Amino acid sequence: MLAGVKAGPPVVTLDGVVKRYANGTLAVQGVDMAIGQGDFVSLLGPSGCGKSTVLRMVAGLIAPTAGRIGMAAGGEATGDVGFVFQEPTLMPWSNTLKNVMLPLRLAGMNRGEAADRAAAALAEVGLKGFEKAYPRALSGGMKMRVSIARALVTKPRLLLMDEPFAALDEITRHRLNNDLLTLWQAERFTAIFVTHSVFESVYLSRRIVVMAARPGRVVEDIEVNAAYPRGEVFRTSAEYAAHCREVSDALHRAMGE
Amino acid sequence: MSVSVSANEVADAPQEARERTILGLTADAWLRILMPLAIGVIALGGWEWAVRANGVPSYILPGPIEVGQTLVRDWHTLSISLWITLQITFAALFVAALLGLALAVLFAQSRVIELSLFPYAVILQVTPVVAIAPLIIIWVDDIRIALLICAWIVAFFPILSNTTLGLNSADHNLQDLFRLYRASRWQVLMRLRLPTAMPYFLGGLRISGGLALIGAIVAEFVAGTGGRASGLAYRILESGYNLQIPRMFAALVLISLTGIAIFLAMTLVSHLALRHWHESAMKERR
Ligand SMILES: Nc1ncnc2c1ncn2[C@@H]1O[C@H](COP(=O)(O)OP(=O)(O)O)[C@@H](O)[C@H]1O
Ligand SMILES: [Mg+2]
Repeated sequence: MLAGVKAGPPVVTLDGVVKRYANGTLAVQGVDMAIGQGDFVSLLGPSGCGKSTVLRMVAGLIAPTAGRIGMAAGGEATGDVGFVFQEPTLMPWSNTLKNVMLPLRLAGMNRGEAADRAAAALAEVGLKGFEKAYPRALSGGMKMRVSIARALVTKPRLLLMDEPFAALDEITRHRLNNDLLTLWQAERFTAIFVTHSVFESVYLSRRIVVMAARPGRVVEDIEVNAAYPRGEVFRTSAEYAAHCREVSDALHRAMGE
Repeated sequence: MSVSVSANEVADAPQEARERTILGLTADAWLRILMPLAIGVIALGGWEWAVRANGVPSYILPGPIEVGQTLVRDWHTLSISLWITLQITFAALFVAALLGLALAVLFAQSRVIELSLFPYAVILQVTPVVAIAPLIIIWVDDIRIALLICAWIVAFFPILSNTTLGLNSADHNLQDLFRLYRASRWQVLMRLRLPTAMPYFLGGLRISGGLALIGAIVAEFVAGTGGRASGLAYRILESGYNLQIPRMFAALVLISLTGIAIFLAMTLVSHLALRHWHESAMKERR
């Protein structure tokens, strides 16, 4: 994939989306956004600006108070959306393979076929041979890989990730960043990635949506025009540093400094 | 295209602790067995010595050796009674586990049902079984069924309340995940809530095992039935009337041993069911 790759027609559109929680908290107000097919978009902003709220509304886990969230045709089908939480969120009583089989089993797929697909998904994230391991025997990075395998096992068109690597050490996070990009290029899903790290968002995304708090809203929309595949060379390039400064400035403006 | 996991990521994974073992047990396990055993031997020795040194008659306080001899001599009668008490205890525990689990699942399905029934479960729990046992024994013709009901009343609540708590403790993100994949109520129950509740249920079972035995014994005391088909509690009453104090102690020892055995059995069941994943079933690491 080359620089300037253009995203396709929108798969997700948000129109004047407002979310007020039952306790009265106005989490986000007037969010408009269109996310193109195959794009990699980061939602960046300080804690409490409503990133998770937006992601959970896109996933259909909570309903907007006002406004509209549209999915491209077919986007409502089960298994079309994958979700990766900040914690690995695995079932501790099931081994790795059974954890990854879950979405398929819930959709009624038979055990044998689900097991084959889950094993393939585990191999994709580099965990071949760990099928029988229980979550407690895995490191934080490996658990997150299982979580990603589970989200990708249904071959979703849209992958939502809520600060998935925030709890990992830096070396592991860099490796997972690289592996996530490899998977994204291979499987061509659309990715929405929530983070509060400027560096991570610039490294991964083609587009960064900067949000501000109180009330949560979109303040800037920045394109990162750097070629994929991106590797460690990109991470140390002047181009990367320039993008980081641009995004960092935008973030500071968003936080009113 | 696929990716591979790095060596340092794998090395980060928790390793099973490898400790030196003596005859298949770790030094720590031996300490855990030998120390209580030593205390027991010292206490029994002191008891025997005190009885002999002061010439205490056995109708006041028999020494442990005499109790042991009585246990062997009266084993035939005592074992029949033990068997009867055990039957009532386990039948009560089984029914308590089944009904406790079923009611907890029912409560988990509907908040209205939980709110309307839970207070009655509490009332059942706080009413002393000694106080209601006479009524139950009058109402129920079959004395063994009456005893079973008494033991059940005592054993039932911990399983119900623990399992109810467990069913409501499912991880929030996992609940969201199930919702994302449009899982049915049934799927959520079978694949998420019941597995989450498993350690709680087993914890309740461990408490209830001992309580079922106590319930059975108390009810037997109240019933005070004689004849062939009577449990250990009746042997104690009978020995009391006849001043057969060594036999009373022998029955008492049997009850304690049974309680310990039930507790150990439940602990084993719990360990076997949870060993793969739950903190409670894992070896301590230092
Ligand atoms: N379930 C909820 N009920 C009430 N308020 C909430 C809930 N979830 C989040 N909030 C509030 O909404 C705002 C946005 O939260 P969130 O979307 O989690 O932000 P972020 O993910 O950017 O840190 C915060 O002020 C938070 O306290
Ligand atoms: Mg968040």
